[in-house]
Amino acid sequence: MQENQQTICTAFLCKTDSSSSEDYNRRLLIKLQTPTSLEKCDAFTMSFVEYSDVIQDGDVAIVYLGIDSTMPIKVQKGAQTQTRYGVIRHSTDLIGQRYGSKVTCSKGGWVHVLHPTPELWTVSLPHRTQILYTTDIATITMMLELKPGSVVCESGTGSGSLSHAILRTIAPTGHLHTVEFHQQRAEKVAEEFKEHRVDHLVTVRNQDVCKDGFGVTGVADAVFLDIPSPWEAVRHAKTALKRQGGRVCSFSPCIEQVQKTCQALMDQGFEELSSVEVLLRVHDVRVVSMPLPDFGPDPSAPPGPDSRGEAPNHASIALKTTTPPREIPGHTGYLTFATKPRT
Amino acid sequence: MADNGDEDSEYRIKVGDCVVLKRGDIFKAMQIQLGKKVIFEKQWIFLDKTVGQLYSTTFDIVSGGNLLPQKPKNADDASDAKEAGTDNRNIVDDGKSQKLTRDDIETLKEQGLKGQEIIQQLIDNSSTFRDKTEYAQDKYIKKKKKKYENTVTILKPSCRILAMMYHGREPGKICHLRYDTLAQMLTLGNVHAGSKVLVFETCAGLVLGSVMERMGGKFVLLTLQSLAVAHCIIKQPLFPLHSGHGSVVQMYPGGGPVRAGMESFGFPAHFHDTLHEFPICHVNALLAGTLDTTGKHSSAVEKQSDKDKEKEQNQPEAEQAGEQQDGPEDPNMETVTAEEARVEKEKKEKEKRKEAKAQEKRMKLAAAVAQLEGRNADGLIIASRFHPSSVVMGLLKFLAPSRPFVIYSQYKEALIECFTKLKEHGGTVNVRLTDTWLRHYQVLPNRTHPLLLMSGGGGYLLSGTTVATDTAKPSGSQRVEEPAAKRQKLTDTEG
Repeated sequence: MQENQQTICTAFLCKTDSSSSEDYNRRLLIKLQTPTSLEKCDAFTMSFVEYSDVIQDGDVAIVYLGIDSTMPIKVQKGAQTQTRYGVIRHSTDLIGQRYGSKVTCSKGGWVHVLHPTPELWTVSLPHRTQILYTTDIATITMMLELKPGSVVCESGTGSGSLSHAILRTIAPTGHLHTVEFHQQRAEKVAEEFKEHRVDHLVTVRNQDVCKDGFGVTGVADAVFLDIPSPWEAVRHAKTALKRQGGRVCSFSPCIEQVQKTCQALMDQGFEELSSVEVLLRVHDVRVVSMPLPDFGPDPSAPPGPDSRGEAPNHASIALKTTTPPREIPGHTGYLTFATKPRT
Repeated sequence: MADNGDEDSEYRIKVGDCVVLKRGDIFKAMQIQLGKKVIFEKQWIFLDKTVGQLYSTTFDIVSGGNLLPQKPKNADDASDAKEAGTDNRNIVDDGKSQKLTRDDIETLKEQGLKGQEIIQQLIDNSSTFRDKTEYAQDKYIKKKKKKYENTVTILKPSCRILAMMYHGREPGKICHLRYDTLAQMLTLGNVHAGSKVLVFETCAGLVLGSVMERMGGKFVLLTLQSLAVAHCIIKQPLFPLHSGHGSVVQMYPGGGPVRAGMESFGFPAHFHDTLHEFPICHVNALLAGTLDTTGKHSSAVEKQSDKDKEKEQNQPEAEQAGEQQDGPEDPNMETVTAEEARVEKEKKEKEKRKEAKAQEKRMKLAAAVAQLEGRNADGLIIASRFHPSSVVMGLLKFLAPSRPFVIYSQYKEALIECFTKLKEHGGTVNVRLTDTWLRHYQVLPNRTHPLLLMSGGGGYLLSGTTVATDTAKPSGSQRVEEPAAKRQKLTDTEG
């Protein structure tokens, strides 16, 4: 593909089984970025919803420096990126290399360059707001029953952490309607969706969901709320959801918010309410050495040159175990799920 | 009321559908079959009357085990201002406050009283009910509802529902994998449509089914080569320019892949087109390049399963042949020849069928090999009772670089060993050993608190990403085209 040409022009279709009725909705989605002339595109180019093998100019790649240390990079011919191990030169070190390659930087240290995934993006993205982390995201994805083809409404978009994960799961035939009331954040996240080649799957609306809703009605399989006053948006969630029913989730850090939201959900006729919290515990694998105590020579031990041997003096036992980190995130927020019955 | 049948047809229960029965927190997966008595929560019921109804409908169980759709609830229970007390200081729990005996209640049940009515009877005959606080009354009613309401809801299966079902009913079958842990696996593994995922599990097929649900079945990838073609495609949606995109390869130990859990999802046929299976006893041969799929030298596995099948088939055959020989031994030459000819013909046909089956098997194996031999899988999910270190070291080679893997184990120590092995072996980064802590809350006005019981453990996960194992190119190599001191700092992301 030529430079400056945007997204892949790909359409995914499902081969339907003509002998039985379809259980899942399928839609043909074509987003033509350059309607006048379509170049033949590489079938496999990087995007957050499609793997590719080789790093190309214009890709967004993730540089892995070490545990809990990652950095996103916009790959550009001729550009350089500074890391603590030295400089990475995009043209020589990145473009044309396989994703997963080791790159030695100018100071001699090295890094790995990884294909972007929503999970890597979540830990590398520039925060504009507090974000949702993978643990909550995974729970939300399963409990909202998201899958390819799902139509999802989300507010607030924030920094787009959850949005990217949703897009990955609903691709290639689903759609995300995301609402963000802060103008700059809305613009920034729309820009990122374009750069990450997922913009054909998402519509960003800069409005207040509590007043104006999601901008669509009766189409969503699932609605997600992460806003200060979710109870004010519950009726809009109900409107956005399909008439035949759907799932809703609200994320709130404070229990008072949860109580108000549950009340609003019940008032609006939602069922199967369930509030949970999920916490991640990390176990750091370590070998620890524990010295043996010296109780003095043991007179009752059977005599023999090798039996007791050198045991007491400088012996210790090496133990392979895990230790928890000193501090762990103890709370992110409460997740409240509910089902909208058929209306 | 009168729904447009077509619009809702995919939301209606049909014969043969895989469904999940639900009452409260109890789930049970089942298939809709006419005239078949099934047991659910100690009751025998017929599912016949559910056909044609909408999913998520709740049914009352009436006499004879038949189901009747519930009438929509009237908002009666909540709004009545009930007489209530303020605390329990004067309530003595002597077990005598309920005037109805067990037999009385049985009689009421036999008379066909509905759950709601029985509960009302219990309330009326309780001497302490009106002394309870409002909250205690609510709790009492909830408890009785759980015991006496005779309903069942028919749900469409999903990963969420089946994972909760297995965890509640038969955790041993799924290595005690809790549903939130399964959720983490699917996300950490970046399971999505269009990817190639390897699954090794002994969780009754639940993990396999969940992966398949997130893959969405068969997709065809198109690359548009001209606007004209684009118009063509819009008119004819099934015009593929590239073929098959997205697959799941189930690696299985032992005789055959276990799929009961996967079948419970009730996937449409095209989902199965993306599913392959590969016996792990051939992994080493495949990696060494010595695996033969043409059938010239049948593998031991094939021979063994063929032998077993032959035994089954030879039994009735032998009996048949025996009977025929017992017949009139009068050698009417033509009759005997006709008999013999028939037996011969049957034998030949049996041979043909056997050969056809063997051929099909070989083709399936070859298809799986085709998926694996490129060593370019996009994800690896392991959840089994087998020792994880050995499993992952055997299967990691099939993954492309920069792809995620997730290993589940009920036991942390097994994953500690796995972690160590992976570190020694190299080729992986971002390897983390984690588990999740899940807590449910009761949210009611003035009664909000975590639930009293919580899950003790949901298993552990080891996750990471593969990297290339070949050596890196040093960046110091002097490239003249580079503009001299042009530095691009990504201000937002550094630091």
